[in-house]
Amino acid sequence: MNNLNIVQIGAEALALAVLFATPFLFAALGEVFVQRSGVLNLGVEGMMLMGAFTSIYVVSSKGLGADPVIGLLVAMVVGALLGLAMAVVSVTLQAEQGISGIGFTLFGLGLSTLLFKLLAGGVITARGFQSLYIPGLSDIPYIGKILFQQNVLTYLAFALVPISVWVLNKTTWGLQIRAVGQNPAAADAMGVNVARVRYLTLIFGGMMAGVAGASLSIAALPVFQENMTEGRGFIAVALVYFGGWSPWKVMGGALLFSIANNLQYWAQNYNLQIAGSPIAPNLLLMVPYVLTILVLVFARQRRRQEPAALTKPFTRGEN
Amino acid sequence: MNLRISRSDFIIALAPLIAFLLALVAGGGILLVLGKNPIEAYGVMLDGAFGNEASLFRTLTRATPLLIIAVGICIAFRAGVINIGAEGQLFVGAISAAGFSIYAGAQLPPILLVPLTLLVGMIAGALWGAVPGFLKARFDVNEILSTVMMNEIAVQLLLFLLSGPMIDPEQLAQGTRVPQSAQLPEASWLARLAPPSQLHTGLFIGLAAAVVVYLLLWRTTTGFRIRAVGQNRDASRYAGISVPRYLMLGLVLSGALAGLAGAVEVTGITHRVVEGFAVGYGFSGIVVALFGRLHPLGAVPSAFLFGALLVGADKMQRTMQVPSATITVLQGLVVIFVVSSDFWVRRYTARRQARVATNMPITPEVTPATPSEVSA
Repeated sequence: MNNLNIVQIGAEALALAVLFATPFLFAALGEVFVQRSGVLNLGVEGMMLMGAFTSIYVVSSKGLGADPVIGLLVAMVVGALLGLAMAVVSVTLQAEQGISGIGFTLFGLGLSTLLFKLLAGGVITARGFQSLYIPGLSDIPYIGKILFQQNVLTYLAFALVPISVWVLNKTTWGLQIRAVGQNPAAADAMGVNVARVRYLTLIFGGMMAGVAGASLSIAALPVFQENMTEGRGFIAVALVYFGGWSPWKVMGGALLFSIANNLQYWAQNYNLQIAGSPIAPNLLLMVPYVLTILVLVFARQRRRQEPAALTKPFTRGEN
Repeated sequence: MNLRISRSDFIIALAPLIAFLLALVAGGGILLVLGKNPIEAYGVMLDGAFGNEASLFRTLTRATPLLIIAVGICIAFRAGVINIGAEGQLFVGAISAAGFSIYAGAQLPPILLVPLTLLVGMIAGALWGAVPGFLKARFDVNEILSTVMMNEIAVQLLLFLLSGPMIDPEQLAQGTRVPQSAQLPEASWLARLAPPSQLHTGLFIGLAAAVVVYLLLWRTTTGFRIRAVGQNRDASRYAGISVPRYLMLGLVLSGALAGLAGAVEVTGITHRVVEGFAVGYGFSGIVVALFGRLHPLGAVPSAFLFGALLVGADKMQRTMQVPSATITVLQGLVVIFVVSSDFWVRRYTARRQARVATNMPITPEVTPATPSEVSA
């Protein structure tokens, strides 16, 4: 293997890392808003699965055969509706957020599987979002391949990082979200409607989770399988802790986990060996999950940035 | 934490039943939209679960691992740690028990083999639970996320062992390489209660576990401390209870029972570990525990109900082509509705407490409240 080859393979690996960071990024950015407003949405996994199936069904010739943009919109609506349901449960009914999130994950897993088996009969693929070469930039050697030959959802996900930072830190909206997450009683006294803010962030977070699912099923892969997210929704929640509730650091985490997720693919494609024998694929597939646990341990110093009211329901006059 | 529900009030017992009915209605609505007749589907399920003696035995068989897992979940949730890792703890319990029985079975007298095999499963599950338990106690790592990750790791570990180190020698000999373990020696199998049905003595293990855990939680100091930590960590700390120790203990005991469930399933039913072994049992166990109001004895009827649902769903899938994923949908809805119903339970108990307080007769025996009591 000569040097040029290694650089080429490296560029290809990074391009793939950017592509598969997309679902992490959508889901985790949505979760940043939710958690900044003081709610923990652990239903992300189920919402991603629902977004993934509904969007591919809309786009696939086996389903409605619509444009990928329509598929994306449907995933947004489905995710938003699930986010709204989570808001009713966790904000209005003040249910324990961890357990209700698991309930939404089970619901999404079950319903996406049920729909998949009944409507798609076991196999479904689609011609989803194609790579969009950015004129000029995509011709830059290596960099072009890594950054500027991606599909439109990937561009959108990365564009949302600075936008999220700006919204959270520079707008009245962001201020209200942060106030509600830090000190809901004070925010309430200032005339901010705590429940309304949390409803809106949960609807937004659900929508982003739906898009995250769609970015897998109608862009990165494009195929649907039972439980295809394989814990990505939970990893996205962990990324929010890892990133200390800051979108830029969450983006770094998304790229890191995307690389970890692709390890097995690269080991297989390039026949990586340790001591002369191939590495068992199942051991490589463990890496992202082990990494998540390690990250949660080392992210504990970041806990100081944790929104003070996270997971605490707010009742006027009680807090 | 809104997990402390110990009053046997009518309304509190009723809440999960109403939640369950709502879940059935919502699930029925979904089936209706998908063009399946929900009444017929539920009828087939009912028939599949209780229609005859054989189906009743199937329901009890299916309820056994759910009961053991759920009893363990009760301990963890009562300690205020949300153990979502029963799935993985069950896998490592099953594979460890199988490994022990296959590789050490011949050297041991049969009378010791069964209890030791089950014990190995328990220890493995306890260790798998100890990892997130330690991380929670020492580093305050969110146990929901870490146990979910431990589940995913266990899935890969299981596949790694079944397709490599622990693969059935016959699969190697025939060159088929189906990922499954060798068969356990017959001496380690649990006795069947009513052949030809698969019902086995594991059912008694489950019932015994429910009683033991009930006694542990409500009749021992350890149990009192576990529940105290679950209800109010700060108050427990001021009372001198080592909070980290009991958080960890909650996860370890919970993992031990999930591991036991895995060992029981492999020695009682499958007699070998195969790919896709007991998938979803861990999550069902959590739903069973929540539906049983996190009470070990409440888990008994709850496990029976969900065992029936799962058995009924198999029949529904066979005869009506309604995928058994319907049950996962129902389980999700049950969880959502049960945790939501706590809202009314809380409101009801708060209102009643207020009423009791205002109607309190002032008698000479009542000593005047001290200022500290008033402020509390």
